[in-house]
Amino acid sequence: MQTPSEQTTRWLNYGILLAGLMPFLQLAQGGFAHELGANPVETIAHTTGLWALRLLLATLAITPLRAIRGWHWLARMRRGIALLGFFYATLHVLNYLVFDHFFDWREIVQDVLRRPHIAAGLTSFLIMVPLAATSSKSVAKRLGSRSWQRLHRGAYAAAIAGVFHYFWLVKQDTSSPALYAAILALLLCLRLDAASRTRPGDRNHSGHQPSSSHPSGIAKPRPTQ
Amino acid sequence: MSKMRSPKIDPSEITPKEIYQARRLFMRMAAGVTLAALAPSVPRAGEALPGVRKSRYVLPDALTPYADATRYNNFYEFGTDKESPARLAGRLKTRPWTIAVEGEVHKPKVFDIDELLKLAPLEERIYRMRCVEAWSMVVPWAGFSLAELLKRVEPTGNAKFVEFTTLHDPEQMPGQNSSLLEWPYREGLRLDEAMHPLTLLAFGLYGEVLPNQNGAPLRLVVPWKYGFKSAKSIVRIRLLEHQPVSTWMRAGPNEYGFYANVNPLVDHPRWSQAKERRLGEFFKQPTLMFNGYAEDVAQLYAGMDLQKLF
Repeated sequence: MQTPSEQTTRWLNYGILLAGLMPFLQLAQGGFAHELGANPVETIAHTTGLWALRLLLATLAITPLRAIRGWHWLARMRRGIALLGFFYATLHVLNYLVFDHFFDWREIVQDVLRRPHIAAGLTSFLIMVPLAATSSKSVAKRLGSRSWQRLHRGAYAAAIAGVFHYFWLVKQDTSSPALYAAILALLLCLRLDAASRTRPGDRNHSGHQPSSSHPSGIAKPRPTQ
Repeated sequence: MSKMRSPKIDPSEITPKEIYQARRLFMRMAAGVTLAALAPSVPRAGEALPGVRKSRYVLPDALTPYADATRYNNFYEFGTDKESPARLAGRLKTRPWTIAVEGEVHKPKVFDIDELLKLAPLEERIYRMRCVEAWSMVVPWAGFSLAELLKRVEPTGNAKFVEFTTLHDPEQMPGQNSSLLEWPYREGLRLDEAMHPLTLLAFGLYGEVLPNQNGAPLRLVVPWKYGFKSAKSIVRIRLLEHQPVSTWMRAGPNEYGFYANVNPLVDHPRWSQAKERRLGEFFKQPTLMFNGYAEDVAQLYAGMDLQKLF
């Protein structure tokens, strides 16, 4: 695939932002029109939670796609997709704090301590906060690409915690969380496979198997953005 | 004397088998049409249920909107999400329908649904319905106390429990194609709970015939217990000496007990039961002990450890 120009990339990013905001706009419209069903708070929780998880997994899929298909330009979409995911995760947490518990902190603390799925969800969100906070180019530059990368590997931990959160909360039908778990497992396998091909500190891929036509691109320092 | 000889029958005169059978089919169909014309038509959801009297079972709580009560349902026989039952329950045929009442009874009997409808006067009873998932609604049901039916079959001295079984037919109930739960759905009550006047055998809601997704043609409503205790689309009621194992007990023994009394003090292992969200309302409200029916039913559980017997 041809690498798109700067201009095209910018438009692609606008497109992703617009498309990514559609579920939110639908929720907002449904909320005002009273069309979120019999249990609107539950509808908001499900929609925002699912989109947070989907977008988080989408950001994790970018690196393997670069490695396998050579679509390096996808890296420039990653920040937008990740921030959209964080946006939905934040809405999800706010829905829980405000509509579910109305800031009853004692109840919330008990909920976190007693219920593994709440603890997992909170863990996932807390991991995402510093990632979102350090997402801008200037902060990334100040941190240096190696420590920035190390920090942002936390996205995998956030996704794992997110999938556990989903798995543990459903009553009986685990088919949907199982699907997300399978996707995450695949992404983790690709990540571990790529990591095993490059020794730590090995910057120029000398240990890379020549048979692979596409460099893994994972352990490589991020291309300058 | 010459022997009587039967006249020879020409092969062409013999009625071909297919025509003979078709004629029988035609006669049967004609009979069916006549019967159908004579019998009252199959009552449909949304039709008014005649002769429903007001009762003393009323609540100050606002009724849940009809659309919410009939479109947000847990009925795993039609899928696990809340919207599937309303979408798929049209496949369920509620006539003909029979209910076998059997087991530890002196007079076991198979009731036809239309016969059962006339067993006792139908009353409108407004009950709170609290789901184990911490949401709730307020529904005006139409039916009569289950005790009316149980008295007629005369439980024996051995009868201590009652088991309710839902229809098992994956053709009509597509959710039963999944092995998520063990089908058919079974629920149970202790005999004294089943005989309690609050325990309702319901045939309708909002003055109308029960919509399929709400458990047509007849369901149980036990208002002081979590919703899953109130079995839907019942085909068998069996009186037993020993406590039966219900479907949800089998699916998650540490999450769903036999009693499943609404109790804000005993949490579900994975979520709190202290509060609930009324359908149609944004914020939660406190859950009441025995769903607000403590005065009527608390004595049934005197001396029992409700933390253990949840």
